[in-house]
Amino acid sequence: MSKKMLAAPYLLWMAGFIIIPLALIVYYGLTDKSGMFTLANVLSIARPEHAKALGLALGLSFVSTVICLLLAYPLAMMLRSRGVGRGSFIVFIFILPMWMNFLLRTLAWQTLLEKSGVINGILSALHLPTQNLINTPGAIVLGMVYNFLPFMVLPIYNVLCKIDDNTIDAAQDLGANFFQTLLRIWLPLSVPGIISGITMVFVPALTTFVISSLLGGSKILLIGNVIEQEFTHGSNWNQGSGLSLVLMIFILLSMALIAKYDQNGEGSTF
Amino acid sequence: MSQPLIDLVNISKSFDGTLVLDDLSLAVRENEFVTLLGPSGCGKTTTLRIIGGFETPDSGKVIFDGEEISKLPPNKRQLNTVFQKYALFTHMNIAENIAFGLKIKGKSKSYIHDKIKYALKLVGLQGYENRSVDSLSGGQQQRIAIARAIVNEPRVLLLDEPLGALDLKLRQDMQYELIRLKNELGITFIYVTHDQEEALTMSDTIVVMNQGYIQQMGTPEQIYNEPENAFVADFIGESNIVPGIMIRDELVEIFGARFACVDKGFGNNTPVDVVIRPEDIDLVDPSEGTLIGTCTHLIFKGVHYEMEVTTPDGFEWLVHSTDLCPVGKQVGIHVDPFDIQIMNKPASEDEEAIGVNE
Repeated sequence: MSKKMLAAPYLLWMAGFIIIPLALIVYYGLTDKSGMFTLANVLSIARPEHAKALGLALGLSFVSTVICLLLAYPLAMMLRSRGVGRGSFIVFIFILPMWMNFLLRTLAWQTLLEKSGVINGILSALHLPTQNLINTPGAIVLGMVYNFLPFMVLPIYNVLCKIDDNTIDAAQDLGANFFQTLLRIWLPLSVPGIISGITMVFVPALTTFVISSLLGGSKILLIGNVIEQEFTHGSNWNQGSGLSLVLMIFILLSMALIAKYDQNGEGSTF
Repeated sequence: MSQPLIDLVNISKSFDGTLVLDDLSLAVRENEFVTLLGPSGCGKTTTLRIIGGFETPDSGKVIFDGEEISKLPPNKRQLNTVFQKYALFTHMNIAENIAFGLKIKGKSKSYIHDKIKYALKLVGLQGYENRSVDSLSGGQQQRIAIARAIVNEPRVLLLDEPLGALDLKLRQDMQYELIRLKNELGITFIYVTHDQEEALTMSDTIVVMNQGYIQQMGTPEQIYNEPENAFVADFIGESNIVPGIMIRDELVEIFGARFACVDKGFGNNTPVDVVIRPEDIDLVDPSEGTLIGTCTHLIFKGVHYEMEVTTPDGFEWLVHSTDLCPVGKQVGIHVDPFDIQIMNKPASEDEEAIGVNE
């Protein structure tokens, strides 16, 4: 009994700050301003500007997740082969930027990418044509990859460290070259890490509005920006909540899709 | 004799400045069961990993069937390894594990199917195709690891302490199993273990190693009955190692008493080490003993009694006998001439370090 009481603070926290707000969002999302039930808020996703923002958000987060995976996997393999001591030092260096404020890091990219920013400054000093870098989908992807890459590396690194060296030796011993070992041993055994990495990159990327407003300007709207504007500028909480519900459905769908490939269920957060 | 199948020539290897193998040479004939035996850290596993291709020697050559393979990666070598901790692929079922090497080589489906059936029958696990690795016991997993290796028809099978994780009864069963497998398959086995009983049971040739050197190489009988130095005598079985003086051929003096022996060629009045196995000591009436001592310890071991007999010079003789001698009783020690094994004393401290330090 007393042990159960220990969980009480967390349960209270969960009720007050997770369950009730979630219920409120569902309530707002399914009612209109006068409090009558309506599906209009949810169905408004079909409006071209909303659908476009959702499509763009899905597309950019997908691209960012793929890039993160392609960068993170070889890095994690390298870290593992370095052995414990040196490997963990590199991991430390790698997560060092995470100790800096997320907004600050993204603002730093703004300064780098601006029309008269650092990168274009170097380009013009080299007499090369300046590039239109900021306020492009590319800039947003860059921001997402930069901010979320550690969340892909760490779970993959963890799961790779659990693979026994003997297993790899055995595969080589049975005639597998590096790529066959990668394809038949490394990848299948690291699926749980890949799954949690994908989850931890894709979900925040899909819902972000900070990266897109700082690096995408006001021209490129992701679904996160649309929802944010409904709450802050438009003061249409019902509309914002309705779109949030749609976004949640998409996240649940993508998680279900991922879980289908993760039979062990070890890595998935659901 | 035909040329050896595997020939290690002057292999040296060090890790982080520590010399693990020092100028080691070893030849293995086709169809031989060779065991590398020694305490942990003696370089036996490193030797095996060099043959398997998982380590590259710092100097020296690995020759396989007349061709140098020192730089060849493991996947290009015609040998397979059974690892200490089985190293099965946990994301595959048993059939997929066994098929791994064959699939890599691009064998046909029906060939692979037949091979899996054959291999499972060979290791006595018919019908286990679709089981998962986790559902198998340690002994079963080890059999699968062996099956996975032998379906590739290697010329040589390397086994790295494959029975180390199994309990005693299972280990003994698997020893006979391995001997049967080797005879049925007719391939060369190179086996690494620190268990001297395992080595004596299974091997054609035992290579006793310590601190990166080969101490002695020979048949189990030679290693046990005629150890060349104190390390081998001490490591293989239990033994009494006592200082002695070789008076002349076939006569050795131990603690002032003279024993007849069968060794020759050590010179006259030469200091030597004498090895006498505990089971070779006969306890007799004091009047008949070459040496006289008092029984100071007695433990019942099941098959025999283990006793300690202290002679006046203070040496405690270890004696195994089915006859009991109560503690405190005076007894005579008698040893038959052919049960006395004479060894040269280490010529220098350096040599001694090679031999007996552990």
